[in-house]
Amino acid sequence: MKVVLQHLTKKFPSRQKKGEDVVAVSDFTFEIPDGKLIGLLGPSGCGKSTTLNMICGLEPPTGGHIFFGEDDVTRLPPENRGVGLVFQNYALYPHMTVRQNILFPLQNLKGEARPAKAEMLRRAEEAARLVQIDALMDRKPSELSGGQQQRVAIARALVKMPKVLLLDEPLSNLDARLRLQTREEIRRIQRETGITTIFVTHDQEEAMSISDLIVVMKEGVVHQIGRPQDVYDEPKNLFVAKFLGTPPINVFSGEVRGGVLYLGEDGVLCVKGVGDRKVFVGVRPEGFLLQAAGPLCCTLRAVEVMGRDRSVVSAHPALLGTEIRSIIPSDEVLDAGHETVRFALKPAKVHLFDTETEARIPFEA
Amino acid sequence: MNKNGKAWLYLLPAIAFLGVFMVYPLVDVFVYSFEEGYNSASQTFWGIGLYNYAYVLHDPYFLQAVKNTFLLVIITVPLSTGLALLISVGLNAIKPLRELYQTVFFLPYVTNTLAVGLVFMILFKKTAYSDGLINLLIHFFGGRSVDFIDGPYWAKMLVMCIYTVWVVMPFKILILTSALASVRQDYYNAAKIDGTSRWRTFTRITLPMISPMIFYLVITGFIGAFKAYSDEVAIFGTDLNAAGMNTIVGYVYDMLYGDSGGYPSYASAAALILFAIVLTITVINLMISRKNVQY
Repeated sequence: MKVVLQHLTKKFPSRQKKGEDVVAVSDFTFEIPDGKLIGLLGPSGCGKSTTLNMICGLEPPTGGHIFFGEDDVTRLPPENRGVGLVFQNYALYPHMTVRQNILFPLQNLKGEARPAKAEMLRRAEEAARLVQIDALMDRKPSELSGGQQQRVAIARALVKMPKVLLLDEPLSNLDARLRLQTREEIRRIQRETGITTIFVTHDQEEAMSISDLIVVMKEGVVHQIGRPQDVYDEPKNLFVAKFLGTPPINVFSGEVRGGVLYLGEDGVLCVKGVGDRKVFVGVRPEGFLLQAAGPLCCTLRAVEVMGRDRSVVSAHPALLGTEIRSIIPSDEVLDAGHETVRFALKPAKVHLFDTETEARIPFEA
Repeated sequence: MNKNGKAWLYLLPAIAFLGVFMVYPLVDVFVYSFEEGYNSASQTFWGIGLYNYAYVLHDPYFLQAVKNTFLLVIITVPLSTGLALLISVGLNAIKPLRELYQTVFFLPYVTNTLAVGLVFMILFKKTAYSDGLINLLIHFFGGRSVDFIDGPYWAKMLVMCIYTVWVVMPFKILILTSALASVRQDYYNAAKIDGTSRWRTFTRITLPMISPMIFYLVITGFIGAFKAYSDEVAIFGTDLNAAGMNTIVGYVYDMLYGDSGGYPSYASAAALILFAIVLTITVINLMISRKNVQY
């Protein structure tokens, strides 16, 4: 089932009597293709949860439309939309066993749609098997670990065979190891069921690793939609560039003079097709190449060994921020005794942004 | 001084007070209840046995008191808890004026007992000037006036039950509204998305979630209702036996200090019977709640 959002807008009335409305989501238009896994990504307060709540029907939109397939569901109450929602803290009913929790949505069905008792049990078992908790059916949620509770919550959302599965910060209550495991699990379940799935997260790594498409939002506005690698490689603006990637992108203030990009006094890169102007320059950590005669001269502060790579911490006068973090393969020689370190830059990892609009300026290397 | 000695020294004030004012009287009551023909003036008795219990259990005043107490308990505890639940759910469902209503429902709790008694006088008592507000209403609808204070037993019991329910309800509403408010909105949202009907949401989610509080209220309600006495005095005066509205605690008090009093042995026996009843009921309550409240 594809999901279409048209000019979706949500405003909340201001707390002050005459204050302006707070715009939580502004003019969100997007067509989510059938059977894909979509990550809604953004810092907290960016409107991603509000968007999710509007899709599932808990929050009525102030403007715009939501379509599931060809049906306009904008005014439909949540129970008639056929969505499954997994809450951030799972919201499993604590007084019911796992089986009762999973059965609960089925028992709500009325009339024709209500399956026979044996069929309900079969479907509950099936959903439990899918998320691999079929051995825990008679436990109470309090007797389960966080990861197991998460699976129960997913099973409960899946058992009524929703057209759309929504996950609100599904991994935020799990520890780091479990998070890695569970996100693969979510990916697997989504592939197996083929249900269009939308999940909300503030963790860019999480979104990038499992999504077919990511939507980057900030303050209610969608900044970029695309495949994770595309968004990472070609960010539309400085915010998107800064938000994606760990360690984060290094931002310099630079200037283009005669087709050459200068960071401070260092002419670091040929940039064709850009007129003389001041720019913000973003350089990904993996965009630095150690070179004895490299054009970018930085003050070396520290070298952190991470096994496969080394993280070089350095400083430069044109830097906006406190330190440059660059990732260098371990086999490259670096004499930590030196006070300066020189880099060449990989053109594909360098992005130029307008100083006013912060939009990306394309260039040819 | 060793460590244990020090510990006992620190405990001494509390132990002394508890011993003198709680343990000793408890033991004393137990002893009194088996001393036959005890005379408090001469401090003598002529035998030890179960006579006091036999006397109390055959005393028509005691039997009347037991009947009154049980009626009060059986009627007011479920009624007040049920009404409180209804009102709390209502309060939880409305947004405008919620605070105002909460205050209104909580007022009886902070109102002076005498003031409450006065209100009930105006409502129910016959005076030289009026038959009371309720009787005026009964007249208005063409009924015949009823003497609620000195009249038939059912009328007196009715007043007593209304009074008791009214007095105990504010606390229950307070507890239940906070219990309802503590049920996380997520559960309701989850239920909504799964298309749960309102009634099913209430019975399958809300009630189980607040059931520990409901059981707490029922248990303390039972205990409180079994100990009823002062409310009866506030409405029917001190001679409760004459009014036929005595309670078990009232009977104990009368046996000690009332006009026909001076029998600590009978009072002790009655008090221990009450203790046995309350203990039994509470144990049953706890057993039921253990079975039903588990998460």
